[in-house]
Amino acid sequence: MPRAILSVALCAVLLLPALPVGAQTINALVWCDHTDAAFLKGFTDKTKIKVNVKDYEGTGTALALLEQSRPGDWDVFVVDSTDVRRVVERKLLAELDAKDFPMADIPEAVRLPEYHSVGGKLYAVPEKFGYNAIAFDRSKLPADKARDISTLWNPASKGKVAIYDYYLPVIGEIAIALGKKPQSLTAADLPAIKEKLKAIRANAALVGDVTTSQTALATGQVAMVAGGGEFLVAGLQAEKPNLDWVLPDVGGIRWQQAIGVFAASKKKKEATAFIQYVLSPEGQARLATSSCYWGVPANSKAALTDRQKKTLRWDEQPKFLARSHPYPSPSESLDKAMQDLWADVLQK
Amino acid sequence: MRAGLVAGGAARVFVEALGARRDARRGLALAAPALLWTAAFFLLPSGAIVLWSLFRREGAELVTDPSLDNYRRFLDNDSFRLAMWNSIEVTLLVTVLSVLLAYPLAWAIANRVAPARQRLWLMLAVLPFWTSYVVRSYAWLLVLAPEGVVNRALMALGLAREPLALSFNQGATVTGFVHFFVMLCTLTIYASLVRIDPRLRLAAADLGASGAQTFLRVTLPLSAPGVAAGAFLTFVICIGDYVTPQILGGNTQLLLPQVILLQISRRADIPMAAALSVVVLLLVTAAYLALARWLTTRRA
Repeated sequence: MPRAILSVALCAVLLLPALPVGAQTINALVWCDHTDAAFLKGFTDKTKIKVNVKDYEGTGTALALLEQSRPGDWDVFVVDSTDVRRVVERKLLAELDAKDFPMADIPEAVRLPEYHSVGGKLYAVPEKFGYNAIAFDRSKLPADKARDISTLWNPASKGKVAIYDYYLPVIGEIAIALGKKPQSLTAADLPAIKEKLKAIRANAALVGDVTTSQTALATGQVAMVAGGGEFLVAGLQAEKPNLDWVLPDVGGIRWQQAIGVFAASKKKKEATAFIQYVLSPEGQARLATSSCYWGVPANSKAALTDRQKKTLRWDEQPKFLARSHPYPSPSESLDKAMQDLWADVLQK
Repeated sequence: MRAGLVAGGAARVFVEALGARRDARRGLALAAPALLWTAAFFLLPSGAIVLWSLFRREGAELVTDPSLDNYRRFLDNDSFRLAMWNSIEVTLLVTVLSVLLAYPLAWAIANRVAPARQRLWLMLAVLPFWTSYVVRSYAWLLVLAPEGVVNRALMALGLAREPLALSFNQGATVTGFVHFFVMLCTLTIYASLVRIDPRLRLAAADLGASGAQTFLRVTLPLSAPGVAAGAFLTFVICIGDYVTPQILGGNTQLLLPQVILLQISRRADIPMAAALSVVVLLLVTAAYLALARWLTTRRA
């Protein structure tokens, strides 16, 4: 008996440092880059607020999770900028005060008020971006060929191409190649896009998610990834310096993720503090170089090292931003038609 | 006297009936946890899937007026139907290959390995189960890659001039699946084989049956429940698997689980995903009905 009491007491003593008195927690629904321990520790060390994170892939998955949750279960939401409006329509996000965040340090092209604000009210703040462009292996493909979008459907590329498995950026990139604006696509544009996608598909060895595309590129199974970008290759720079990415000469698609507070959150103050940390120079640097995937920080004052800046092509960003378009933001019916087109091409 | 006999008989029947009722109650009590578990984690979720398949997603709205719209969309959409046929093709191929490869292995362990060492052999047979499913699929990807072990060996032996396309196709998906399911089928077939009374084979031989005749007329029919159990488990797990076709198949051929996830990942169209899941449930039911004759718990 005394031994049992001693054991319990010992456990209690060991647990004490892990459970600080009055510790607060917030729950965040995030992309996997926000699960990086070093990134979260920076916030907890500063505020003593613990962040429980649940990562998801695809806004639909997140919405399905939210439908199964009770109001107030979640405090912070990291979501694709293109889907902020969808989330606001579901009355899931709280209005934010722009004065709480360093909006002036975010490049104008990234601020995208038409994506992050609805009815003149701000609901999410851009935090990280990158490009769904062309990731390629320099030892197998010269950079000028990679910049030429027609390399993707050139018969000489047969078996050397991988396609990133997300229809929005790939369809958007093809739209740009066809001289169309990704934001103005209509159902009438889809047949021409489908033909071009079929030509790329005929050259593709695979259509894969981040890990599969990355593995295929890193193991030499393909020479280029359509829809790939820094998120596929930047983290492998040390081991695979031959892997690189380019924005095609015709321009490319820019992915952007934003962060907001749930309308039903009971810890809005703490959630806002977390967003402020994410957008701080320190938080931005950690998020940009997260172990899950790298990306360009939205805050131009992010505390990146010179080496990290070089990997992220920091100095070229103004040029890249000028030549890139955000994701298409299709209506419900157009989105459904795009998804059907995608499944149809993948099947054949 | 007769009245006494009748009364005694009635009493015996009454006591037997009481005993039977008590046995039935005891049986029900013993089975209750399993029945509750099945109801909570199989019947209720299955019912929920069927119910959701009758709803539909319209933008942000979930329309709960029951309709067969999702099933009509399934029948009208080429890529959905093709996904179903692809799933059936891959699953049948995997099931047949797994059983064909597992049977000789199970037979050899049951009949050619000393009983004391059979457990060791079975443990070796299930070793691949010890590795993570995802890791195993990526390992296969590296083996089948253009610069992987197989292609290098073929080229070193002069059997191929350039790397063969072994990954990101149906062949790679089937290879990954078969590697996994051979182990599963080996276990179920072995369990069936060791339960066959060896005297039956001796009797067949005494009656003049050749080795092949004994196998075809005695061993194979009596091991059919193990084959059917292995085949059914293979079918059920294979047709619902998302990971292997995603990693090894490279999305070059969409199967039903991939099409289901496509409905959820961006558009959160759970009703359509539920309708496609009901299609999977129907296919599994069809497989069960096809194999039901052999899926018996009777001893050989």
